[in-house]
Amino acid sequence: MSQNHAEAHDSHHAGHHDGHDSHGAAHGSLRGYVTGFLLSVVLTAIPFWLVMNGVLANSTLTAIVIMLFAAAQIVVHMVYFLHMNGRSEGGWTMMALIFTIVIVAIALTGSLWVMFHLNANMMPDLHKM
Amino acid sequence: MTATAQGSDKADVPVFHFAEGEPEHHPGDSTMLGFWLYLMSDCLVFAVLFATYGVLGRNYAAGPSGADLFDLKLVAVNTAMLLFSSITYGFAMLAMDKGRQAAVQGWLVVTALFGLAFLGIELYEFAHLIHEGATPMRSAFLSSFFTLVGTHGLHVTFGLIWLAVLMTQVSKHGLIAANRRRLMCLSMFWHFLDVVWIGVFTFVYLMGVLK
Amino acid sequence: MTSYPDWWKLVFGRFTLEAIPYHEPILIATFAAVLLGGLALVALISRFKLWGYLWHEWFTSVDHKKIGIMYMILGVIMLLRGFADALMMRGQQAIAFAGNEGYLPPHHYDQIFTAHGVIMIFFVAMPFVTGLMNYVVPLQIGARDVAFPFLNNFSFWMTVGGAVLVMASLFIGEFAKVGWLAYPPLSGVAYSPGVGMDYYLWALQIAGIGTTLSGVNLIATIVKMRAPGMDLMKMPIFTWTSLCTNVLIVATFPILAATLALLTLDRYVGTNFFTNDLGGNPMMYVNLIWIWGHPEVYILILPLFGVYSEVASTFCGKRLFGYASMVYATVVITILSYLVWLHHFFTMGSGASVNSFFGITTMIISIPTGAKIFNWLFTMYRGRIRFELPMMWLLAFMITFVIGGMTGVMLAVPPADFVLHNSLFLIAHFHNVIIGGVVFGVFAGIAYWFPKAFGFKLDPFWGHLSFWFWVVGFYVAFMPLYILGLMGVTRRLSRFEDPSLQIWFVIAAFGAVLIAFGILCFLIQIGVSILRREQLRDTTGDPWDGRTLEWSTSSPPPAYNFAFTPIAHDLDSWADMKKRGYQRPLTGYRPIHMPKNTGAGLIIAGLATICGFALIWYIWWLAALSFVAAIAAVIIHTFNYDRDFHIPADEVVRAEEARTQLLGRA
Repeated sequence: MSQNHAEAHDSHHAGHHDGHDSHGAAHGSLRGYVTGFLLSVVLTAIPFWLVMNGVLANSTLTAIVIMLFAAAQIVVHMVYFLHMNGRSEGGWTMMALIFTIVIVAIALTGSLWVMFHLNANMMPDLHKM
Repeated sequence: MTATAQGSDKADVPVFHFAEGEPEHHPGDSTMLGFWLYLMSDCLVFAVLFATYGVLGRNYAAGPSGADLFDLKLVAVNTAMLLFSSITYGFAMLAMDKGRQAAVQGWLVVTALFGLAFLGIELYEFAHLIHEGATPMRSAFLSSFFTLVGTHGLHVTFGLIWLAVLMTQVSKHGLIAANRRRLMCLSMFWHFLDVVWIGVFTFVYLMGVLK
Repeated sequence: MTSYPDWWKLVFGRFTLEAIPYHEPILIATFAAVLLGGLALVALISRFKLWGYLWHEWFTSVDHKKIGIMYMILGVIMLLRGFADALMMRGQQAIAFAGNEGYLPPHHYDQIFTAHGVIMIFFVAMPFVTGLMNYVVPLQIGARDVAFPFLNNFSFWMTVGGAVLVMASLFIGEFAKVGWLAYPPLSGVAYSPGVGMDYYLWALQIAGIGTTLSGVNLIATIVKMRAPGMDLMKMPIFTWTSLCTNVLIVATFPILAATLALLTLDRYVGTNFFTNDLGGNPMMYVNLIWIWGHPEVYILILPLFGVYSEVASTFCGKRLFGYASMVYATVVITILSYLVWLHHFFTMGSGASVNSFFGITTMIISIPTGAKIFNWLFTMYRGRIRFELPMMWLLAFMITFVIGGMTGVMLAVPPADFVLHNSLFLIAHFHNVIIGGVVFGVFAGIAYWFPKAFGFKLDPFWGHLSFWFWVVGFYVAFMPLYILGLMGVTRRLSRFEDPSLQIWFVIAAFGAVLIAFGILCFLIQIGVSILRREQLRDTTGDPWDGRTLEWSTSSPPPAYNFAFTPIAHDLDSWADMKKRGYQRPLTGYRPIHMPKNTGAGLIIAGLATICGFALIWYIWWLAALSFVAAIAAVIIHTFNYDRDFHIPADEVVRAEEARTQLLGRA
């Protein structure tokens, strides 16, 4: 509990620090780690099962489903293992994470979009070869 | 923080500096945030590798495709190794909170073993692919595959070196504040690699086998 | 060609004695000059026994102020090199007409334009920007150093390492001949087999690591170390723009690093990312490099927007107009800068939908930038303007940058870009914004903060002379390029056929000479100011009647910056303190906790540079050795837990009493 108190104290004086060493991310609890682990196992096992046994006939559907599972598992890891929350470091870690996710999304989707159109326009026969 | 309280008094001439009780800045105060920012920058490195794989990953150049090459059972085992290492590192952190140095070291050893197993399996997979002629030079697909998975493996390798260094430092100085901070940084690094691996096994292996 | 025995290849890789360019008279003369100058410098330093001083007080220093100054010195040195390249290009293009080959063979000319671009962006503009931020940000937020002082020193030496590699390429081997962004397949191993491209890759990789880490460092500093009371909307605007710049650095330099690493793999390992064989796609490189490249131009300009804002409010004697809108504009630019990268390659062929999206986002980004111009205008409106040198640079910037911005919007229209792409119009445009924005801003910043850093002002006469040479020189040098670009002349040509174009190139060359005088006057200005430092002395610490916290301490500030951590109550904290009759405390000094100097940063960066050099020349044993040594040095450094100390109270008392006496004299 003292951890939470230290953080609340810290965010009160946003931007500076009070000298002691306690305001890193909270380290979670045994219960948190075990919950996270079990969720991860389930969220990993299902996509592998879906793909290895060809459960869904439609591969596009399978791709969408396993990507959703991946997104869910990333959230699980962020919450239970990396202890992300809106409070640590006065909210700056969360802010940095959101910013990074936005930039990663722009770079990934942007590249795919740009290059797909480029290939479609400039090398229409590429995938027929 | 008493001086701050005085400073915000509604007096005519407010306090403009800390007369006493000034907070000392300790070099470690910003470490966790700084390390998190570094991890975010590392995300961008992986974003480029994922984007490259996304764009070039189907350019097989009449060579083997993911469906021909990937052994999902092996990948599943590998994923399990990394997942186990994540929770054992978590146990090390819990032991650290309780100040139990021997337990910390023990869990770190277990983590390192899982990490080594992961690397061993990955190297075996790479060796196997190269032996079959599926080298990084063979096609753009294989170039981007080896680079993405290899960069993750390289991070794990550096994590292991770091782990060894930290274990030496913990045994030398104990769980002092600086070492606890370093253990927390490595914890973030280690779990971060796990997050990247989720992307790798989904995007590269599972989706590579589809179709 | 002599053939070399096997042991030679084992020891020296692909380095041969032919790689020393003694058949190039220009390079030999340069080398002789550099050698003589270097020897003279070494002799002088040894003569006055300054090595120990330099090592202990500067090279190993973790003081953000000294590191900032060293960044600026690096920037000035590299500016001379980069500008020499510019003069050579202008000279060549002014004479190489109608059969005249000029004095530069194509392979040499190609290296020069590549080196010019690389040096000006990575080793002039970046060190200047980083240097200003390093020096000013901790002072503005009332901190005693940056968050990670050792890392700061290391980042600086990594930047130097990259610069050293670029300079080494002048005399050992060659530099790249591919343009500053090194598009494949030209930069691939098939078309650029020499060491030039590898110099490019490793120099940027090493310097890039330094830049990324310094970005992390400054963000953490701004987030964690602001003076109490300084919440985000009370942060000085330069600190705000620095924060946004460093966010951009941390979020884009890894993209550059990864992209260059992929190209490196293509060249060293034989992978097929950006080749034309086996499924590789060179266009992917163009796409990736510009995802870094466009935010990079905002990395360069944003801090200077901050400088202009500080200058505007100080020299107009009033609060910055529209502080909040300035902050929002900066943040919006930060995000939008990631959404425009394709406008650098409209002509690549992604089609109408993609091009229109990126054309529109590019036009949108001019809106927050325009808002800033109005903020500066309204700050000047009814202000009591003092036309000191920094203010002059601000005025020149506002006029020049608006012109550059308008030609930028023209280029943002895809159909227009199809005509203007790769022409001298583009060259004129980006020099218009980079010189008119970044360079003018750097000079404004230097003139503004120089008295803070050294305790005396810069000589105004030579400063104004430099200013006029620069501004007039800029227009004379680059307006002809707009005209040539509209006539369809493409960039990077070393000779021309149509003699009717020559006059424009002659005018441009004349402009470059004017700028050369501007640089010369700047150097003279520094020298004259040092000689006349007693007349130009600033004893108050606040020579311009400044408004932010850096002016509340002495000039130059003591190692610990502030004897007491200030508490901020207002956006313009120092102006507020002065207005409300702040009394500087004269007693109650206590020991101050500070980081210790260390040579680890220089050593690790030095090893990294050696590793880069070995990789360039395929000297594998040295590469492996220096790599392992660098890792070992990092590990050894982590075993050092004794990293800080206290400045004793009586030392603080002595420094502060000296200041009290100075203030009494004033």
